[in-house]
Amino acid sequence: MDIMELDLLPIEDADQAPKRIGRARLTLRRFLRNKLAVFGLCGIVLLILIAIFGPMLTGWSFDDRDKLSPLKPPNSSHWLGTTQVGRDMLALTLRGMSRSLIIGFAAATLSTLLSSVVGTASAYFGGWVERVLLWITDLMLVIPTMLIIGVLMRGGVSGDLAWVLLALLLGLFGWMTTGRVVRSLTLSLKNREYVLAAKYMGLPAWRIILRHILPNISSLMIVDLTLGVGYAVLGETGLSFLGLGVQAPDVSLGTLISEGAVLVPTYNWVFLAPSVVLVFLVFCINSVGDGVRDALDPSSQSGGVVGGKPRRGKGREDVPAKGTGLPGGIGQAGGATTMSEDNTPQGGAQ
Amino acid sequence: MSGYIIRRVLNYVVLLFIACSFAYLLASSFLNPYSVYFGRQPPVDPDVIENIMRGCNLSHEVSLWERYTTWLTKIFTEWDWGCSPLRVSVNEQIGVRMWVSLRLVLIGTLGGVIVGVLVGAWTATRQYRVSDRVYTGLSLLVICTPSFVLGIVLQILAIKANDAMGVRFFEFVGEKGVVGDYPLAELVDRLQHLLLPTIVLVLLTAASLSRIQRNLMLDSLGADYVRTARAKGLPKSQAVMKHALRTALIPTGTYVAFTVATMFTGATYTERVFSFPGMGQYAVQTILAMDVNGIAATTAFAGVCVVCGAILSDIVVAILDPRVRLG
Repeated sequence: MDIMELDLLPIEDADQAPKRIGRARLTLRRFLRNKLAVFGLCGIVLLILIAIFGPMLTGWSFDDRDKLSPLKPPNSSHWLGTTQVGRDMLALTLRGMSRSLIIGFAAATLSTLLSSVVGTASAYFGGWVERVLLWITDLMLVIPTMLIIGVLMRGGVSGDLAWVLLALLLGLFGWMTTGRVVRSLTLSLKNREYVLAAKYMGLPAWRIILRHILPNISSLMIVDLTLGVGYAVLGETGLSFLGLGVQAPDVSLGTLISEGAVLVPTYNWVFLAPSVVLVFLVFCINSVGDGVRDALDPSSQSGGVVGGKPRRGKGREDVPAKGTGLPGGIGQAGGATTMSEDNTPQGGAQ
Repeated sequence: MSGYIIRRVLNYVVLLFIACSFAYLLASSFLNPYSVYFGRQPPVDPDVIENIMRGCNLSHEVSLWERYTTWLTKIFTEWDWGCSPLRVSVNEQIGVRMWVSLRLVLIGTLGGVIVGVLVGAWTATRQYRVSDRVYTGLSLLVICTPSFVLGIVLQILAIKANDAMGVRFFEFVGEKGVVGDYPLAELVDRLQHLLLPTIVLVLLTAASLSRIQRNLMLDSLGADYVRTARAKGLPKSQAVMKHALRTALIPTGTYVAFTVATMFTGATYTERVFSFPGMGQYAVQTILAMDVNGIAATTAFAGVCVVCGAILSDIVVAILDPRVRLG
């Protein structure tokens, strides 16, 4: 494949061809090498499982009120203690966590979709479409989004369905920065031969975008989605903390933390439980996001150096430069879907 | 270059005008300022409420368009941004709070930038050693901690420390408190109140900035020109400081220019936790108090901050990076 790799084949293996694996396998392998990312993934899966099955195992429901034991520290009946009105902290934390998770994933999905649509459309069509979309993007960057979301939440639906509106708004106001990145990536793609070929063959624009452009920026979208979940969770808990997000009787980690904040320091447990869960959750999401980014980025040094003992300044050589340096390796877009596992000294140190 | 900047500023002025109008119209149609007077003991006469609302240009009996044009005329002719449903002047509030925020944000962000750049650059030269891993872990932890959680944790620690020392050294409510009668008492009191929120801001800024700076620094440490500098006989410290750090500072400069400006309203959670009467807290209060004029004014303020940040970061790049030519 590359002269560089052939050179590096050990002499005793010279009769064997280099092991060829698919891009998905390679990415997976690089991801699994990153211990922090694997830890984060396990953490998220664990938290999701707890959010689904946990409420069945605790004796209390999040809206139960144990009137006999308000503000009790953790004990055998209430494992994480109780709040002022005697609600069980464990049940509340689980409920709040599942709310925050659902809102985070929904909002991130929506904003990733929006950013890819706006970004690709503005770059591909150009002309007035581009000007209008860019102008809207600029406008939304100037508007303080948290303020507007707060206004809409304050004047919008209240009660149990507030979280749906919140997820929607967080998604609607979170796509601008990625939209611009997508646009600049699409600009570099739209004059490639295979896009032009598809165009001259008469394919409609949406098909070209869907089949030939989006797959090439998919790695950026995946990274954006993962990191976006983290941002959305932080946005949701922040707004709920300020009283502008999820509304009582519903709970989220943000409302729980704001409830606990006024009871600090005498009744620490009301604050501690949701805070620890929130920090752990965001930590897991971020480390998965970083891991995915490194695994997908052909110019990243992390794939080959984690766990190894690399010398500084050498890290970059572990991956043969095949891509153009853009996330997702646009260099592979021509059709080559396999590449060989890198075999340089650093890569081999695993 | 001046032509380029003027064009950009003009474009931003239009954007700002639309953003403020959008915020005003949205807030007026979604919020109900009358509700501020609901449920009062003794109840307020509806006619009185209506009069107050008319005085504040918030009356629902006047059409939205009329209110909007009145609002605009007042701003452009008298620079009067209106008042809240409780008849507190928006100009006055922002005039005071702006400087409170400025003090907090400027010290916090600048401190964070210095710490962040130094830690980032230093850990990059020690990649994968124990110290690097420790700082990386710590900064990841801080990045994953929302500012309000960080603030409350610091509060708990401060209360514990106060109890242990028997003196109320750490202050965590408001901007100023009881002033003693020794020389410079007021300054000391202000500093005591500034301390904890500033620590939060420094930690947050330093954590994210040190990650960015570390990555940039790793890139430039591996660059050819640093190797050349070493090869021609420069001592390592000089090669790192003069050749690697200097190039690695360019992107940081743009990031910092943007952050300082936007932090004006970005310190909302810190201000809220420490009851610091700044702009961020004002933004939340206006929404909770159905203060339509206040919301529009805060939007304008935040918008101006973003625009200043964008222009400032452009200028910083042009100064730091000799390759940039603006036409």
